[in-house]
Amino acid sequence: MDRIIGGLFDFMLPELKSPLTGASSDEIMAFIHIVSFIILGGVTFALIYFAVKYRRKSEDDVTPLITHHNQLEIAWSVIPLLLVIIVFAWGYKGWLNLNTAPDNAYEIQVTGFKWGWTFRYDTGAQMPNEVHVPAGRPVKLVMKSEDVIHSFFVPDYRIKMDVLPNRFTTVWFQAEEAGESQVFCTEYCGTSHSNMLAKVVVHEPEDFQRWLSEQGSGGGGTPVERGENLISLQGCATCHSTDGSTLIGPSFQGLWGSERTFENAEPTIADENYIRESILDPGAKIVQGFQNQMASFEGRLSDDDITDIIEYLKTLE
Amino acid sequence: MAPAEDSNKRKLQVKRFVPSENPKRTYLTDETGVWAWMTTVDHKKIGIMFLVAVTFFFFLGGVLALLLRTELLTPAKTFIEADTYNQLFTLHGAIMVFFVIIPAIPSGLGNFILPMQLGAKDVAFPRLNLASFYIYITGAIFTFIALALNGLDTGWTFYTPYSSSHSGSSVIWVTMGIFILGFSSILTGTNFIATIHKLRAPGITWGKLPLNLWSIYATSVIQVLATPILAITLLLLTMERFLGIGIFDPAMGGDPVLFQHFFWFYSHPAVYIMIVPAFGIVSEVITTFSKKHIFGYWAIAFSSLAIAFIGFLVWGHHMFVSGQSPVATTVFSFLTFLVGIPTGIKVLNWVATLYKGSIDLKTPMIYIYMFLFLFSIGGFTGVMVGALSADIHLHDTYYVVAHFHYVMMGGTIIALLGGLHYWWPKITGKMYDEFKGKIAAGLIFVGFNMTFLPQFIMGSIGMPRRYYNYIDQFTIFHQTSTIGSYIIGIGFLLIAYYLAKSLYNGEQAPANPWGSRALEWQATSPPHLHNFDHIPVVINGPYDYHKPMEEFQLGLADSHGAHSKDSDKTIEMTEKEWVDYNLD
Repeated sequence: MDRIIGGLFDFMLPELKSPLTGASSDEIMAFIHIVSFIILGGVTFALIYFAVKYRRKSEDDVTPLITHHNQLEIAWSVIPLLLVIIVFAWGYKGWLNLNTAPDNAYEIQVTGFKWGWTFRYDTGAQMPNEVHVPAGRPVKLVMKSEDVIHSFFVPDYRIKMDVLPNRFTTVWFQAEEAGESQVFCTEYCGTSHSNMLAKVVVHEPEDFQRWLSEQGSGGGGTPVERGENLISLQGCATCHSTDGSTLIGPSFQGLWGSERTFENAEPTIADENYIRESILDPGAKIVQGFQNQMASFEGRLSDDDITDIIEYLKTLE
Repeated sequence: MAPAEDSNKRKLQVKRFVPSENPKRTYLTDETGVWAWMTTVDHKKIGIMFLVAVTFFFFLGGVLALLLRTELLTPAKTFIEADTYNQLFTLHGAIMVFFVIIPAIPSGLGNFILPMQLGAKDVAFPRLNLASFYIYITGAIFTFIALALNGLDTGWTFYTPYSSSHSGSSVIWVTMGIFILGFSSILTGTNFIATIHKLRAPGITWGKLPLNLWSIYATSVIQVLATPILAITLLLLTMERFLGIGIFDPAMGGDPVLFQHFFWFYSHPAVYIMIVPAFGIVSEVITTFSKKHIFGYWAIAFSSLAIAFIGFLVWGHHMFVSGQSPVATTVFSFLTFLVGIPTGIKVLNWVATLYKGSIDLKTPMIYIYMFLFLFSIGGFTGVMVGALSADIHLHDTYYVVAHFHYVMMGGTIIALLGGLHYWWPKITGKMYDEFKGKIAAGLIFVGFNMTFLPQFIMGSIGMPRRYYNYIDQFTIFHQTSTIGSYIIGIGFLLIAYYLAKSLYNGEQAPANPWGSRALEWQATSPPHLHNFDHIPVVINGPYDYHKPMEEFQLGLADSHGAHSKDSDKTIEMTEKEWVDYNLD
């Protein structure tokens, strides 16, 4: 039934290619459209009907004194209130889903810059302005910007998220069939904002694996290898062990995804943004039982370096 | 009634004052000359100066819009470069928001009408009122300096770090201009609040305040409370850009999302600064042209205040995809829906007012009809983009562009046109051409829908806003939209033509051409320099169409009036009423 009614408004939407992220959005849009058309139709009918029925016959027309009607006021406050509560709850449910990538999602690193996109894979392969993904599997994009704010928008998947220069943001989708979808930048970013386009290319899973191996490692190894290399080159290992033993700082082992408690902040889960902050502003959150001894790596590690280190830390379970 | 109470009654001598149909002296014949106008403290002249300035900026912003639409006729370059295009949409937005829609109704029409609806001679602080105007002009000059230098290409929203560290345009000149402009808004708001509290004519209790004034009151409160936030935000942006102090740019240790919070903390309440005054005009026009008491006076009055209050708590709904905290996003979405309720209540009360009325579809009323239809669409699509999962898809697409044009233009500008035609005879003393008025309204209605309905569809299909180039599939929508915008342009030119013409050879306007019961219509057209020759006494509400006109033409018997008739009357009132009426 939902699909039939929703179908009335299909001309307003691109074909839905990621039902897991977009179906709920399409349904709520159809619902709001239908309710709005009914109410707007009623209001418009009343306006026209009154204009005809009660048109002025003479300048001396006398109108009845009707000042208010409490039941009516209550009715047209409460009924819309109930309707918007439905819409809120429905929108919230869909949005929660849009914000929660499945655990088995395939991760791709995305960098936005003036004016283009780079997509990096766990093999080290890099692609400009084209992101290749496997069909039938959730894909999670971990995004950052090199300069100003951009926004990653795929109408076919009903997903959009701003891409920021000082933190990681994520989106996910699951394309069900092989094919292509358009990506737009939707946060104004200067001269060539409207040329900051990309494509999602969806392959059947086996084709995707073949494509990925054809790309090689982009030189310099995979992100995990580069991350491991950086850990030793930058001297991180002097204070942070990788085997669970406590040195000057907390161990890297088991860090990723664990709940951290701090001397000076609320507890948080160790995610991309936490690690990024700990590298660039170590004093912001000091792990319980440790002291603020570390210097900032601001300017010494690039955003890509940090991403690689994060990829490496993820492997230290 | 107990005799003891009887002895407490006080007697007020009132007289009937019928406004002269052919006034020899008016505010237009007194104090003439350029210098007298430039230094005037008369709220009517200041209101007109604001209206002239706003009209100039509206023309400018309108031309920019037509250039934009023309460029968008083809998917690639039509006739201007990308950088020019980016400047055009930025300036179109900034000019229309800061120089047109925000001041148009309160500072322009409101300045003229507010003291008259209160039966006052002027606003509470006439000199401050004139200062507001010159501050506005100063802000405008700064903006023109920016135009003469490198223009502005940040979007009217000035998002960082693009605006603070990347844009090569004259950002500082514009932010300083808008910073200055804000004081005009704050001073006008303060002035109006003081005037409504202190200068009401005898008899105008809060329950008899025209709904137009409730709207302006609510607007003024928002202006006074919210505008300083914009000022400090733009100042911080200027400090970052000029002095390199890192506040918003991550490269200097700042946070770009913080800017968005600051900016929308003002700019969302500012949306209500733009639309709430329009609600006031609707209430005035709809009662006059249906000769009917307003339905749900208190519902409409309090919903304005409710909107003003809740409007402060919803700014985060501009930031659902910005990376703000998920908890904040959820709360903002919920509060956003709450602000829709009082808005819906208003629309339904206006429709109910028409029931059993005596409806005369003159031009002002046609605009109000258009308002109710277009603003409703703006409201419903607002619910759409307030819904979290739907907004993820629609955010920053043409759907949003169409939504806010339905509210800002279909709502505010259309209501402003209604108000302008409604009060035109009072302001100028001339009647406009009714037939041409209806033709122009029709053109604007058709053109408007042709321009913005396709934008809902293409936005929903995925067309992002602020795009110079677009992919081919959107061509047909853009072309329809562009043709629609030309029709709107023709409509506005026609309005400009017949309104200008009416100034020279328009029919002389009667004092009260619409048979309104509102107080401003009991003055001559145009009014005297001090509005009324007498001190008006108000015994009925502004929408009491069931009472005879004589009861709306009363004034204190001992005030000097050239046109009083010998119909002396005595109003008896208790001590308390005497105090409430402000009679001592």
